[in-house]
Amino acid sequence: MARVVVDVMLKPEILDPQGQAVANALPRLGVNDVSSVRIGRRIEIEFAGEADLDRVNEIADKLLANPVIEDFTVNVAEVA
Amino acid sequence: MRIGVVTFPGSLDDGDAARAARLAGAEAVRLWHGDSDLHGVDAVVLPGGFSYGDYLRCGAIARFAPVMESVIDAARGGLPVLGICNGFQVLCEAHLLPGALTRNQHLHFRNRDQWLRVESTDTAWTNGFTGGQEVLIPVKNGEGCYVADQRTLDELEAEGRIVARYIKGNPNGSQRDIAAITNEAGNVVGIMPHPEHAVEALTGPSLDGLGFFTSVLRALAGATAGGQQSGGHQ
Repeated sequence: MARVVVDVMLKPEILDPQGQAVANALPRLGVNDVSSVRIGRRIEIEFAGEADLDRVNEIADKLLANPVIEDFTVNVAEVA
Repeated sequence: MRIGVVTFPGSLDDGDAARAARLAGAEAVRLWHGDSDLHGVDAVVLPGGFSYGDYLRCGAIARFAPVMESVIDAARGGLPVLGICNGFQVLCEAHLLPGALTRNQHLHFRNRDQWLRVESTDTAWTNGFTGGQEVLIPVKNGEGCYVADQRTLDELEAEGRIVARYIKGNPNGSQRDIAAITNEAGNVVGIMPHPEHAVEALTGPSLDGLGFFTSVLRALAGATAGGQQSGGHQ
């Protein structure tokens, strides 16, 4: 079994109101030195056999991320 | 004229869209997401709602429904397609329209009667309006903030493809107050507010929404007479 992790993040130029809302809440926790929070999505994909990274890239590009507003990275994870 | 209305799992406004088509004088044909057959309709409406629970991104999964393969092919061939709200999101995810719809900037779901200015009357869905006409249409969305890169926005402006803008207040932070856009050919239109909810005095704030449905009938009548497939820019 192989696990591949896809991280999807909004592109830097796209406003992330959710991240901003979290950043604005941090002073209530007494945290005042955070300049930015951005929220993304982590997707774990498990293959029965070998990880097929080409296929994961295709899945990420076509479905998991919207390339108009998001970037993604693909990493093979260690399976415990 | 037969206007198809697609139902995805989680569609909400398919019934109202079909009723609006009927009130405009068309025959409404219900299309099912799992059936790739468009049953010979002359135009298609992708209705509002929460297809596939808005999982992943709004419209991202609906885009891969069997019916969408046919809609995408037919739209490229000139079939008039109107995406309303979630339907607009599906059209962007399907790359029939540029840009994307993102979370409302203030993070609140916005539900109100909204003034729009119709800016392009060259499309299959807006030819019955006059340029600059102000209309009142309900808006109700959580992810209606239209974004695209500056070059795309400039192209949309230069080519007259911004179909309608929000006036008297922008409900979601959309760039350049964009409420509706069209493709290059003018047959595909995506609109965030809901024209199908403004077709009867009893239930809507105006009858302004009916103009979108009567426009497509006019475009189709013209297309039949002129031997063309759409009433767009071609």
